[in-house]
Amino acid sequence: MKATCWTGRNSVEVLDVPDPRMLNARDAVVRVTSTAICGSDLHLVDGYIPTMKKGDILGHEFMGEVVEVGPEVRNLRPGDRVVVPFPIACGGCFACEDGLYSLCENSNPNAGMAEKLMGHSPAGVFGYSHMLGGFAGGQAEYARVPFADVGPIKIEDDLPDEKVLFLSDILPTGYMGAEMCDIKPGDTVAVWGAGPVGQFAVAGAHLMGAERVICVDRFPYRLRYAERAGAEVLDYEQVDVLDALRDMTGGRGPDACIDAVGLEAHHPTPAMYAYDRAKQATRMETERPYALREAIMACRNGGVVAVVGVYGGLVDKFPMGAIMNRSLTLRAGQCHVQRYMRPLLERIRAGDIDPSFVVSHRLPLSEAPRGYELFKNKLDDCNKVVLTP
Amino acid sequence: MSTTTDRFARTLGWASLALGAAQVTAPDAVTRLAGVDDSPAARGVTRLAGGRELMHAGVLLGGRAPARWAWTRVAGDALDLALLGRALAGRRGERRRRVAFATAAVAGVTALDLICAVRGTRSGPAPIELRASITVNRPREEVYRFWRDLENLPAFMAHLESVRPVGQGRSLWTARGPMTDVRWEAEIVEDRTGERIAWNSVRGAAVTTNGTVSFTAGPAGRGTVVDVAMEYTVPGGALGTAFARLLGEHPGQQVRDDLRRFKQVMETGEVVRSEGSPEGTRALRQLRQHPAQPVGGRS
Repeated sequence: MKATCWTGRNSVEVLDVPDPRMLNARDAVVRVTSTAICGSDLHLVDGYIPTMKKGDILGHEFMGEVVEVGPEVRNLRPGDRVVVPFPIACGGCFACEDGLYSLCENSNPNAGMAEKLMGHSPAGVFGYSHMLGGFAGGQAEYARVPFADVGPIKIEDDLPDEKVLFLSDILPTGYMGAEMCDIKPGDTVAVWGAGPVGQFAVAGAHLMGAERVICVDRFPYRLRYAERAGAEVLDYEQVDVLDALRDMTGGRGPDACIDAVGLEAHHPTPAMYAYDRAKQATRMETERPYALREAIMACRNGGVVAVVGVYGGLVDKFPMGAIMNRSLTLRAGQCHVQRYMRPLLERIRAGDIDPSFVVSHRLPLSEAPRGYELFKNKLDDCNKVVLTP
Repeated sequence: MSTTTDRFARTLGWASLALGAAQVTAPDAVTRLAGVDDSPAARGVTRLAGGRELMHAGVLLGGRAPARWAWTRVAGDALDLALLGRALAGRRGERRRRVAFATAAVAGVTALDLICAVRGTRSGPAPIELRASITVNRPREEVYRFWRDLENLPAFMAHLESVRPVGQGRSLWTARGPMTDVRWEAEIVEDRTGERIAWNSVRGAAVTTNGTVSFTAGPAGRGTVVDVAMEYTVPGGALGTAFARLLGEHPGQQVRDDLRRFKQVMETGEVVRSEGSPEGTRALRQLRQHPAQPVGGRS
């Protein structure tokens, strides 16, 4: 089959690889009908996530048709149409029973590697390094889905792929970012990053009753997407974000701040950008945490900073003093997608939200490298790339 | 291993650091002191020796059980003595006096290094002690029963090939060693239903091993806490252990991974596999992963 493979830093190729083979009794094999490139895939391509290996199949946002199920999978049969959540979760451990699916205690066969970097291991993830399991990803013609009896959600009506595909990651991820903010009536929520996750965080904050949502980015076209999702926008290359947010909130600061940027943030002042860029390049830190630092500084006293942008390792110059002295709550997590798929599917069916608005490019799988190029360099107003095998 | 010996080794490490730093940053002063400042090669050789001293310092100050690393210093001393011996042969007068003094000093230090290194290794091949715990989200009885059926152990213990009961609480264990299979007979010496199992290798077995596993209820009904403690001496003693470690099978990691697989079997029914390690994980496999793409006829 054809699959999108990581072939080194800044190198993605569509290669011929063997077809998936069942490895466990609770596996299913899915013929992929739609798959998307995620912002977090760019961290892999740019070489910031350790333990990638040449030939690794990328992709953790995918859906398709079940073609084969293992003997222990009783809820699915060939022909079923399913969306697959990006964290792999067994459903039977303490974390899964608690709804913390991205922390499944059994789905990462390489937990030992993750423990060395992070103390304890999170769940395995499709196509996201060997530290997170060494699972083949879904930007391919076929994908093996472990614990197929737990993760995939069946789509039983005729909703088109583009309306449901993003249940696999970015819609629940943005939504969970907003949920972590404990939004109360009258709250102002600020979102750093007007990419698709930020756009869904904006939409989520509105669904949860935020009074105002403000989105921070520097790409006008992405800010327009955020505006369409209901945000007021700030271009951080035009205004001083901290000043602007103070002005907009009567001096208090936003009640909650969402970091939907992660480890490859950007800074408008060249010297500041160069500082962390240099430390990152020499591996003295693994992140460029401008968005996170600013979100913490902006947040009102006693407020919540919710992190859904991906971080890989160590952050430098972290304003812990602000968090401690101003009673901020820092919440974070890879999305527990399985927990949100059903309720969000209901909201899509009810017409409360149509996630397909984020799609800007539709390409055949064979053009995945071009998709990465467009998405990474924000060319041609690229917002979200959907690949079809 | 005695802590006094380790403290002794650390002191030697600090000495290496001081000498190494001096040799690297001020080689001329050192060559003058040693009486070899007339040789054009002396400065370069001193710098190299300084780099070596810094490596000694690294292993002596960085390791957890530094005493045995004093052997690296002994080897370095031998080299220094050889160099100084050559220098002594070609010199007269004041320089010869200085070289002789330096040689005597190094000889004295060699004696100290030797004492430290010998003390550090004399305790012999201490048995490897391993401990690990995991919480399994299943009832205590069930977890105990699965473990008590020793034939199940190879399903999650990566290095075990098979465990075959031979009657009277005894069983024949076969493990994959780094070179060949290792076989030994073990017997269960304690068996408290639902609580604890203890085993020993029988006298005369190739591998001396004993272990216990205990099962306690997790807090507020949160499954079963499984605590494993094992001790074993592998064939080949310390050398065998070091060799095994070189191959990536760090025993501590091995037992943690074994328990993780035990949890997978109890909670999900089998060992979880990924394309990176399609045959199921071993500590070794974590280091040498297959690319995350399906394994097939071609790749």
